Amino acid sequence: MQLIRCPWCGPREEVEFHYGGQAGVAYPADPAALSDEDWARYVFVRDNPKGRFEERWSHAAGCRRWFTAVRDTATYRFER
Amino acid sequence: MESPVSTETLRPTGALDGWAGRFAELPDSVALLAEPFHAMVDVRTADPAALEGLVGAPLPGPNAWTGGERVTAIRLGPDEWLLTSPFLAPPELEAAARAAGAAALPGARVAVADVSAQRTTVRLRGAHARDVLETGCAIDLHPRSFGAGSAAVTLLGQAGVVLLGLGPSDYRVLVRSSFAAYLAEWLLDAAREFR
Repeated sequence: MQLIRCPWCGPREEVEFHYGGQAGVAYPADPAALSDEDWARYVFVRDNPKGRFEERWSHAAGCRRWFTAVRDTATYRFER
Repeated sequence: MESPVSTETLRPTGALDGWAGRFAELPDSVALLAEPFHAMVDVRTADPAALEGLVGAPLPGPNAWTGGERVTAIRLGPDEWLLTSPFLAPPELEAAARAAGAAALPGARVAVADVSAQRTTVRLRGAHARDVLETGCAIDLHPRSFGAGSAAVTLLGQAGVVLLGLGPSDYRVLVRSSFAAYLAEWLLDAAREFR
């Protein structure tokens, strides 16, 4: 099983982590002005690149902190 | 009529108090012991220096614990520590942590919560203690990377634990009380091959 580097605890086994989806999805500046379609796009639609992907991870079984990691979705390798 | 229950007759019990008989069947090479009650207090602060006086040592960095016999500090996260003490009662430890935070550095912000009931403590010792842990724990437990003073919040079997290295072949495992029976059963099973 692969190791993921937690910025606080160091490398730990993958099962200790929880995946949190794409990183950097900004909350709408004026949510009340959004149409249903825009709102659905904000809630559900995410990038799905082949290659580098910035994503949120939580060290759920360790320090319980969230961090942003860059992973290659084709090779599953983490940068850093 | 039954005699009324007074508060003097109520004593804290551990989640593994009834397991001593089964633990005693193990050989000395994997000695298991349900330790007496430890008071535990969760501290979150950006000013860990404020608590040095109480712990008697600088608060630990990543994957480590520090402290003396009276109070031990275990690092749980970048701004979070677990203080444990087998001698102080939970309210005393909580009050001591609050007082230390307030006194050492005026203006230091320290959040203190009593979590004594959350975890129970198991001691694992003996020549095969590391072999038993390694059957269900992914971190490197070799003494060169996990010796005395090391600590890790990790998984042992399927249970989340705080693992402390006390010395060669000597470990303390802090496990959530509701997972304690599972972990005890798991440890007994893992230790079977060393009987």
